[in-house]
Amino acid sequence: MISFQQVSKIYQADGRTITALKDVSFEVQPKEFVSIVGRSGAGKTTLFKLLMAEEKPTSGSIFFEGQDVHQTSPNKLPFLRRKMGAIFQDYRLLPSKTAYNNISYIMEVMGAPEEQISEDVPKVLEIVGLGERSANLPEELSGGERQRLAIARALVHQPDIILADEPTGNLDPFHTQEIIRLLLKINEMGTTVVLATHNREIINNISKRVITLDRGEVIRDEAEGKFIL
Amino acid sequence: MFISLNRIIKSGWVDFKRNSGLSLATIFIMVLAISLATSLFLFQKTSQVLTKTIAEKVDMYIYFNTDLSSDDILVIQQELAGLALIRDIEYVSSDEALKRFVSRHKNDQALMESLEELGANPLLPSLNIQAWEASQYAAISSFLNNSSFNNLIAKIDYQQKKPVIEKLSSIASSINAAGIFSSIILALIAILVAFNTVRLAIYNSREEIETMRLVGASNGFVRGPFLVQGVISGFLAAVITLIVIGVSLFFLSPALKFILSGFNIFSYFVTNLFLIFLSQISVGISLGFVSSWLAIRKYLKI
Repeated sequence: MISFQQVSKIYQADGRTITALKDVSFEVQPKEFVSIVGRSGAGKTTLFKLLMAEEKPTSGSIFFEGQDVHQTSPNKLPFLRRKMGAIFQDYRLLPSKTAYNNISYIMEVMGAPEEQISEDVPKVLEIVGLGERSANLPEELSGGERQRLAIARALVHQPDIILADEPTGNLDPFHTQEIIRLLLKINEMGTTVVLATHNREIINNISKRVITLDRGEVIRDEAEGKFIL
Repeated sequence: MFISLNRIIKSGWVDFKRNSGLSLATIFIMVLAISLATSLFLFQKTSQVLTKTIAEKVDMYIYFNTDLSSDDILVIQQELAGLALIRDIEYVSSDEALKRFVSRHKNDQALMESLEELGANPLLPSLNIQAWEASQYAAISSFLNNSSFNNLIAKIDYQQKKPVIEKLSSIASSINAAGIFSSIILALIAILVAFNTVRLAIYNSREEIETMRLVGASNGFVRGPFLVQGVISGFLAAVITLIVIGVSLFFLSPALKFILSGFNIFSYFVTNLFLIFLSQISVGISLGFVSSWLAIRKYLKI
């Protein structure tokens, strides 16, 4: 489903060269649950940015469902991105839209009919515990609520894959467990999940495949991995 | 397609209301830009009327020898009337000329007495010519000098009026050229200011635009609501400008009528209301649409 082939990403900043990813190669099969672990700055977020074509790799290729992501024309890119449900580390909610509209926006983008939107959005808000907050703007929500809203947005259009970048970073232990349970359930129902985290407890409890990144390189890729750094 | 269009328009309207402060600032700048364009249009028209009024007061007389019969002069009149340069031509017989002279100077005792002493009518029959533009008198004069009936002409008063006519013609074309030049410069400034206001408004939403792209929105779906906001701002700005200018002209018109030698600018505005409003709407909507289109372009590259 996903294939990274010798992908490197080098940034130039103030005359310095920063290697965010170095010769990264791995594959993710459909319906897999893969965790990407590593310290802050190990390259987890860069990996997601490259997969979503937010940035271009310095070298190497990335394929999603057989399609070279960075050879996809700008007109076709939205269709590729609609197959992904992204939970961004910095939430990336639409600040001028209410919680309800942040979620309905994705369905509108997909061309879903109004009836379906008014049926699905409250449901998904309820699932992430934001049923009472649907009319609030993101700035009126707490950090944890924003994170849950970002999760709801990634789930609502039932994408082929969920890309979760530190989805529990701002959540208390109770909500962390809830969200991980939710991701596992979605995965059981057939959706591929790629989870980037540095939460040791989560990784050690779920016993799923773990890819470990260190300074931009894949140092470990285990089928039932543990958080080892 | 229809669902998307409906959603884009609805979303544009909701965002327009939500960002009311920024929308008002954009409308205000657009009102200034459209007012400027409308004022320049009205100024152009006024200067045209003014120069036309002055030009109408300039004419040219061809005086014929006294032995020429009125029939001969009427034949010449007919020939000249066929010239494209001539707007109006009138035959003034010696008797008619005398009648006009007497009626004009009847209060001038000395002049009347000297006329009586003269005994006969000293005035020559003439053709009074009015050209379309002051600059055309030179061409008419040279046509007359080269015509077959040149030997029948006693004199043409063009040479005496030449300096006045030429000066008037050059003033008229200078006013027009200056009007067009300043219109273009001011319109460009107004467009740039309006464009920058829209650009600032969109700059505020740059992260939102990038997020929309990342969650799979097509360029059209992202751009649409901003274009709708631009169009709404442009439309409202045009309506406000129409009202402001209409009310201003209503109150200024009596004062201006005196300066503009009877030209009622408010009546002109009302007569051309539809055309002016259409132009203002076109300017407003295009300004809003094009500014938004250009300003958003750079954030859609993601």
